[in-house]
Amino acid sequence: RLVKCFVPSTCPAITFCRKMARYSSSSLRAMSTGQAELKKMNLVGAVNDGLRIAMETDAQAVVFGEDVGFGGVFRATAGLQEMFGKERVFNTPLCEQGIAGFAVGMAAMGATPIAEIQFADYIFPAFDQIVNEAAKYRYRSGGQFHVGGLTIRTPYGAVGHGGLYHSQSPEAYFAHTPGLVVVIPRSPAQAKGLLLASVRDPNPVIFLEPKALYRAAVEEVPTGDFTLPLRCAEVLQEGSDVTVVGYGAQLRVLQAACDRAKAELGASCELIDLRTILPWDAETVCASVSKTGRCVVSHEAPVTCGFGAEVSARVQESCFLKLEAPVRRVCGYDTPFPLSLEKAYLPGVDRCFAAIKETLEF
Amino acid sequence: CIMSRVLLLGASRRTCVARAMSSTASPSAKHPNIGKFSTELKFMNNFGEPFITYRVLDDFGKVIDPANEPKVEKEFAVRMFTTMLRLNVMDSIMYESQRQGRISFYMTSYGEEATVVGSAAALSLDDVVFAQYRESGVLLWRGFTYQEACDQCIGNSRDKAKGRMMPVHYGSKALNFHTVSSPLATQLPHAAGAAYALKRQGKAACSVCYFGDGAASEGDFHAALNFAATIECPVLYFCRNNGYAISTPVSEQYRGDGIAVRGVSYNIHTVRCDGNDVWAVYEATRQARDMAVRLGTPVLVEAMTYRGGHHSTSDDATRYRGKDEVSRWSSTNNPIERMRRWLVGRGWWGA
Repeated sequence: RLVKCFVPSTCPAITFCRKMARYSSSSLRAMSTGQAELKKMNLVGAVNDGLRIAMETDAQAVVFGEDVGFGGVFRATAGLQEMFGKERVFNTPLCEQGIAGFAVGMAAMGATPIAEIQFADYIFPAFDQIVNEAAKYRYRSGGQFHVGGLTIRTPYGAVGHGGLYHSQSPEAYFAHTPGLVVVIPRSPAQAKGLLLASVRDPNPVIFLEPKALYRAAVEEVPTGDFTLPLRCAEVLQEGSDVTVVGYGAQLRVLQAACDRAKAELGASCELIDLRTILPWDAETVCASVSKTGRCVVSHEAPVTCGFGAEVSARVQESCFLKLEAPVRRVCGYDTPFPLSLEKAYLPGVDRCFAAIKETLEF
Repeated sequence: CIMSRVLLLGASRRTCVARAMSSTASPSAKHPNIGKFSTELKFMNNFGEPFITYRVLDDFGKVIDPANEPKVEKEFAVRMFTTMLRLNVMDSIMYESQRQGRISFYMTSYGEEATVVGSAAALSLDDVVFAQYRESGVLLWRGFTYQEACDQCIGNSRDKAKGRMMPVHYGSKALNFHTVSSPLATQLPHAAGAAYALKRQGKAACSVCYFGDGAASEGDFHAALNFAATIECPVLYFCRNNGYAISTPVSEQYRGDGIAVRGVSYNIHTVRCDGNDVWAVYEATRQARDMAVRLGTPVLVEAMTYRGGHHSTSDDATRYRGKDEVSRWSSTNNPIERMRRWLVGRGWWGA
């Protein structure tokens, strides 16, 4: 477990966290507290498991949102109402601004509300409550009040047939809001550990779950109670030629692109998962780019003002003289998310590989 | 996954159609919200007459029905009256200080002294307050000092909010008054969630949420009341209907019968009271609070009052309403004067 504190990115504890995080996910086994027991889980099952543990370990924790009672449209809350009762796991009326505002109010009283927004595409009615209220509650009161116990979880990202309103990646809107923490896991074990850390972090957290991986991603996940550090990126594989940065579902695409770069170009790619988008671990990324001299960032969200823009700006600011090539972004196009043209829209393996190749050959 | 559920539903619908509709004695399926059926097609758009408005005092501070004579100690009544006066005096001084350039902004509570103090006096300090911005009277009643108010308005190092908010955006943990934020009506869903947390924590208290007639048009109002009623939260929603939202009169704010009628539509216990009658406000709030705590469900109080001053120091109300209208309210329906006359009637004025 982490020490609870409101951690700015300059906090010395972060250095420790980053050192801990600079291992591959095989170290999860060593990091899980006490129990070595692992179980194969898919991503949504890992989320469900994390929610169960959050509820078991905190009597103030409650789960609510649309349709969570019967288990949720993605089964993320399956079994929770039977286990913890309707007082702690309940459906709300169909109203995202209500869900977010209600959660803010509960958190303001010291409770631990874990609210679900059914699809990240529907989070916008809640934007005012999240940005104007949750993010600013502590600051505006001079610390007299806060909503640190608040967690909002929501499925995001392309799913193959979602179109405009079941595929969006809205992380950039929230990354622009000081006071929030934005977390995006790439895999089942990451999802469980980061979710528990998010629920317990004393700040309002937006937890975006890659719905495309809900069933598709399966791995061994510690069955016990464990957390993974927030605000730290993770280096998935070390490399010397180019730094490749992404988060969430996009990591699978980037891993495939890096593998192809190794096979076809003999390139050694350093692959980094940001994990926390806000506050993001610029130190790890810049240290990597200072070493490799090249950087490619990729996300599904549209390129203009997507989170890749922030990474690019910071990298060129901090690593200018070390750069051998411009920082490249491989992202969704600047259009609404299409249905039949989804494959063309997404930054797939081909486009990512092409960007890595062009960066290496600049 | 959701796709398989849709397919299953489709399959069962096909087999249902194949089966003939039975004409046996059992009644057909009915939506849970259907009461009586009617063969007469009739539209309705209101409930006939406006919501009844509860009052204790007449225009001249005399108790209309002796059965409603307030059962309070002299000390309590005098404390209420003093607080109303102190609010009025603070407003005058702070308004002027803004005009002198000492503070950047201010909002007065002229005309609404009975609304805020009458309701505050009926609450317990354990009740958590979520306010809009014109509820300084609630804070003064609870013990907020003039010094604390000035510290916040100036934004000095003594301000508990560390000089981060515009003036009158007060907050006090000690007085259970959550920091006011500028976006309107955002506090309504907070109050519902906070009430639910209070209920889970087993506290014999409720959350109290103040808002105006304009804020009640925001989406958050509807979201909050529906949530509070459906999830069953002990929250007292208190609407200061003062006739204006900056320059917008209520005739341009809504077509319905004010805010009270909306509460009924959500199945929320609702009362409308004369907001300039301190004892009507007090008694309505007292009973509403008791109901919220006892039943664990929301209650709505709508206090009909009048915004005697400008919206804020950035506003000049003479641009949209006549001085005659303002002076008529001030001279014929003044909350402070009505209570003063009641004190005289009780023999507590100058005694």
